[in-house]
Amino acid sequence: MNSKASPPEGKSSARDAAYWRVNLIVIGVLLFVWFVVSYCCSIFFVEQLNEYKIGQIPLGFWFGHQGSIIIYVVLILIYAVGMDLLDRKFGLQSGSES
Amino acid sequence: MENFSAWLATEGWTWLFVVASFGVYLYIGLRSRVDETKDFYIAGQGIPAIANGAATAADWMSAASFLSMAGLISFLGADGSKYLLGWTGGYVLLALLLAPYLRKYGKFTVPDFVGDRYYSNSARSLAAVCAIFVSLTYVIGQMKGVGIVFARYLHIADWQGVVVGMVIVAVFAVVGGMKGITWTQVVQYGILILAYVVPAIFIANIITGNPVPQIALTTSDAVSRLDAIHKDLGFAAYSQSFSYKDNTAPLAPLSGHNMFNMFAITFALMVGTAGLPHVIVRFYTTPNVRAARYSAFWAILFIALLYTTAPAVAVFARLNLIDSLHNKPIAEAKKLDWFTRWETAGQIKFVDKPTPKPDGKTLPPDGIITIAPGDVFINGPKTAPNLNSRNELYVDKDMMVLANPEIAKLSPIVIGLVVAGGLAAALSTAAALLLVISSSIAHDLYVNLIDPKAPEKKRIAIGRIVILFAIIVAGYFGINPPGYVAEVVAFAFGLAAASFFPVILLGIFDKRMNREGAITGMLVGSLVTAGYIVLEKFIKVDMQGMLGGYYVSSEGIGTIGCFLNIFAALIVSRLTPPPPKEVQDFVEYVRRPSTD
Repeated sequence: MNSKASPPEGKSSARDAAYWRVNLIVIGVLLFVWFVVSYCCSIFFVEQLNEYKIGQIPLGFWFGHQGSIIIYVVLILIYAVGMDLLDRKFGLQSGSES
Repeated sequence: MENFSAWLATEGWTWLFVVASFGVYLYIGLRSRVDETKDFYIAGQGIPAIANGAATAADWMSAASFLSMAGLISFLGADGSKYLLGWTGGYVLLALLLAPYLRKYGKFTVPDFVGDRYYSNSARSLAAVCAIFVSLTYVIGQMKGVGIVFARYLHIADWQGVVVGMVIVAVFAVVGGMKGITWTQVVQYGILILAYVVPAIFIANIITGNPVPQIALTTSDAVSRLDAIHKDLGFAAYSQSFSYKDNTAPLAPLSGHNMFNMFAITFALMVGTAGLPHVIVRFYTTPNVRAARYSAFWAILFIALLYTTAPAVAVFARLNLIDSLHNKPIAEAKKLDWFTRWETAGQIKFVDKPTPKPDGKTLPPDGIITIAPGDVFINGPKTAPNLNSRNELYVDKDMMVLANPEIAKLSPIVIGLVVAGGLAAALSTAAALLLVISSSIAHDLYVNLIDPKAPEKKRIAIGRIVILFAIIVAGYFGINPPGYVAEVVAFAFGLAAASFFPVILLGIFDKRMNREGAITGMLVGSLVTAGYIVLEKFIKVDMQGMLGGYYVSSEGIGTIGCFLNIFAALIVSRLTPPPPKEVQDFVEYVRRPSTD
């Protein structure tokens, strides 16, 4: 695994392609959640969700005014940490220059 | 006399906060002197993730976020979600789709990337012109905000306030470039968030007994109380979405959007946010790709702190306003210090209307304030009263955040802090915009097209001269704002959504995308968007009448422009030759986070 010392051209491009595929899956999953909370929960089905309550306010209203924003913060944190692990796994860390 | 000493206390504290904060900005600016273009444009790529996150937050949250947003939400109720989500959700797109790759690319500007990726100086110049246009329209609003705050609180003329603001920005931007701007933005974030959250904590505690605004909003009965009051007064419930349906929204023209338009507007604002050059360029300044990702996290966290407080402030402000004024005799209202102050400033206005009786006759005006659905005036506060509505109190939505601490009778110290916060929000955004204008003109247009062999010293000198010139232009428009500023902001977001965002996205994620596709896409996207906005907002064509159920508001047309751009680019790129081998390697390089 730890063969970081400049692999031959063919190998490194296979590694890059694999890294990119996983990267696209991570982005896809996180953006799916982003779409669901921003649009499904806060706009398309807001009236249905308002039938339920979180704390003392309607659930759809909560998504539109609080919930989605909190979820954005969590999504970006998951992305940053997840990509960190992925970089390490593929030996593509960007650290060290600072 | 008691009033006078209270006024003096407010003014004294305000001056203290403003002078102290300006002193700090100047000190940082002078300390961050730079001599190289890399430092001047991207702060030598040496900004740690958390500092860059704070700077991004200050950079993004403008005078409008700080001063106007909570007031706007307070009138829109549930439908205000389009602004709350539209101005935060874009960070998810930015963090996942653009920031890490643009940092890896590692040059100075957004037009740089467009020019290199699409091997075309025309694409680069087109991007530079768009960046200048978008940033210039934006910066005018900031300068105007500085003038308003100064005039309202420090009793000096608007223009004097703008000039003071210009001098401060000039010092830290011209001397310190991006480095000076970044470190002042970090301090400005601290001041603006403190100024926003502290009064919110006091007010939350007064109204709900819980000092954390976010928790108070969710777990207290404030929203249900407001819903009940709204129904009593004939409004739709505050927490009800699409309140335009029964025409009882407090701010009818702005909330009259159906589900499709809510989607289009929210999406356009998100994509527009992710495509604004002054926001994107902040991610060029981190030490590496990893730091760019984490700084996006810090940025959204710092922004969310304000954006989750704002809806709570909005609810409390609406409760406070109705509580202190509805059904009160005007003579009593005039005894309130803040009422007379904002009335003098034209931000609040009472019109006594005759009261209808069940038998069809009317009672004469009674001198008691009634808050009800409908517009107080036929067309704004300078026109005749609208007798079809019983609403008698006009309140400018821009005064809510500034007036809220006074309405809640908070200490003068807090009010002084709020003023310093509003100025910090405006100045930090203005500085970032001015730097984009400077880099587009000096770096992308002048050095790149006219004088590519210019030595380092000359490049940085030109950067400084252009930024100074941009400050003077922005200041001039801040003092004499063109009447169409609000319309032009729709333009800025629409263009960012329909040109920058898709072109960068495709440049990273579609290796086959070529020059022909990108230029066609940019032209199609921006022409459709700009054309539609010009037709609706400037030529005043009745789009709603023409399109009926298919109507898209000008604020949301960027969504259509964005999709058309992507669509056109994909088709044209597949019909024309693929990009050269070096460019495909360049895409590979940008996708790889490591430096090799």
